[in-house]
Amino acid sequence: MNVEKVVTRNWGKPGQNTLAGYKQHGGYESLKKALELAPEAVLAEVKKSNLRGRGGAGFPTGLKWSFVPKDNPKPRYLAINADESEPGTAKDRFILENDPHSLLEGIAIACWALGAHTCYIYARGEFKYPSAVLDKAIAEATAAGIFGKKLLGRDFELNVYQVRGAGAYICGEETAMLESLEGKKGWPRLKPPFPAVSGLFGCPTVVNNVETIATLPAIFEKGAEWFAKLGTDKSGGTRLVTLSGVCNRPGTYEVSMQTTLKDLIFDEQFGQGMPHGRTVKAVIPGGSSAPVLTADEMGVALEFEAFKPLNSMAGSGGIIVMDDTCCMVRCLWRVTRFYAEESCGQCTPCREGMPWMTRLLRKIEEGRGEPKDLEALMQVATSIAPWPPIGLGNTICALGDAGALPVQSFVTKFKSEFEQHIAEHRCPYGDKPWGAFGEFQ
Amino acid sequence: MSDAVAFTPEELKKLDAGLSELLGHYPVDRKRAAMLPALRLLQEIKGWCTPEGMKHVADKLQTTVERAYEVATFYVMFHTQKPGKYVIDVCTNLSCALRGAEGMLKHLEVKLGTQAGTNGDKFFLRETECLASCGTAPCFQINEDHHENLTKEKVDKLLETLV
Ligand SMILES: Cc1cc2nc3c(=O)[nH]c(=O)nc-3n(C[C@H](O)[C@H](O)[C@H](O)COP(=O)(O)O)c2cc1C
Ligand code: SF4
Ligand code: FES
Repeated sequence: MNVEKVVTRNWGKPGQNTLAGYKQHGGYESLKKALELAPEAVLAEVKKSNLRGRGGAGFPTGLKWSFVPKDNPKPRYLAINADESEPGTAKDRFILENDPHSLLEGIAIACWALGAHTCYIYARGEFKYPSAVLDKAIAEATAAGIFGKKLLGRDFELNVYQVRGAGAYICGEETAMLESLEGKKGWPRLKPPFPAVSGLFGCPTVVNNVETIATLPAIFEKGAEWFAKLGTDKSGGTRLVTLSGVCNRPGTYEVSMQTTLKDLIFDEQFGQGMPHGRTVKAVIPGGSSAPVLTADEMGVALEFEAFKPLNSMAGSGGIIVMDDTCCMVRCLWRVTRFYAEESCGQCTPCREGMPWMTRLLRKIEEGRGEPKDLEALMQVATSIAPWPPIGLGNTICALGDAGALPVQSFVTKFKSEFEQHIAEHRCPYGDKPWGAFGEFQ
Repeated sequence: MSDAVAFTPEELKKLDAGLSELLGHYPVDRKRAAMLPALRLLQEIKGWCTPEGMKHVADKLQTTVERAYEVATFYVMFHTQKPGKYVIDVCTNLSCALRGAEGMLKHLEVKLGTQAGTNGDKFFLRETECLASCGTAPCFQINEDHHENLTKEKVDKLLETLV
């Protein structure tokens, strides 16, 4: 299986994270090309490329850009989502660390297309090192006159600022991120209006993920058709995924849209299979909020549409593998506890439901569960967000769904394990619930 | 960093210079937008978000001190109480748990003689969000410095440097 590299094509080349190194490997040539096109033509190229957002929802990027109203006299903004905090996801940080100028060049291309003169990059507060690399890259590009008062010598002012968060998962949700950028606590806004119409400071704002935008230079280097062809009908290009949990070689990999979950876990160039004697029991395919899959479902391609029939999602590409000796109750408890802690507290079902589910799961895991607890668990989850299909949530933002879907999918697909905990009044895995690599050594 | 809560003249000069630069990143009628970077700067200078510092920041951002508190208390990386000398944030989310994070947390509790969640003079050990090290688990941060692919040996070596 040969995956053509796109986003990672220059990673590891000498000096790639400096302006000089980036330029040596063709850097900022794509921006030159894009600037020769009218903004509408740049947008048309992005549409043609079939690029879809890599932040979680897989929304077509060109389509999102086209929602910015043409006749609104207010300034427009581009906001880059570098909050990367969905459990299981570690890819954007490597773009910032290895190739920060690819993001900056992508930003310049996007701002030209959108008519945006200010871009804020919202990086999670914990990104001390990635943020330092990015700050240096911004300073270099500004000093070199790539952006600033002029954009590569053109009369187009562009200012790029990095803003660092301060430890709140919810600020990855786009409207919470905008609130945070406005200097407030991260409380998601009701949609509509969508940010493209009314976003930062009430102005039209496009929010895109780091990987989405860092892909643009390659698209303009090699052409939208080339990029579209790499992927499938509806998803252009390749994508980054993070493989974690139980497998021989966890890590961040660029995969094709045809690569399957099974390839990712077992192929020599990726996960290199399971430790001796262990088999896959469960896989979370798109960050911890994505409904869990069983080993039988590993044939699915890592592409946005392919997950629909399985009622799961490609999400943020965080793939977490659990082997046959992992306790599903304990795993789910960890996931649910996270969403309980990160709920912003605005909506009752999310604020009250998440801690409630966490307590029920702890009770079952510790052998104190009763059959009615399992029913209650499903009832609470379903009142936050019915499933399947995905996307029916009853809350202001999708964190509600993010916390409910794991509960519903784990309980549905691994019910006997929950029942066994309740019937035997103990965890069948005892004090070893974490599988092959669960011991701290 | 002086230990006193009150600003020294140098600290105040540094804060004000930083704030006026930050304010240049936002529209003139949106000064409050600089709140997160401003509090970060304050915390870099004082070690935590002191009441006096938050009042100062709020004034410069032309907003009320309540707004500063609201933000400082919402985000876990802001300290509204003086934290221990070393803040250790341990990821115990699923990917890390599958790679020994629960055992690592216990190891830290024993070694440091503290319990996760308790602030002490020297150590403030906490469980935290996923730190984007899922493929390089387990991990933690010490005063925001990131450490990954941790083993007992590595952890013990790191702890020795915390004097
Ligand atoms: C609770 C929650 C957390 C999210 N966290 C992130 C995140 O950390 N990074 C990210 O890019 N998108 C995140 N998203 C998705 C964003 O809201 C948004 O859809 C995305 O940044 C858009 O970029 P894209 O179109 O390029 O994918 C999150 C969504 C929700 C509901
Ligand atoms: S769903 Fe949860 S996180 Fe989202 S706005 Fe409601 S309470 Fe906040
Ligand atoms: S789960 Fe620990 S870093 Fe992601």
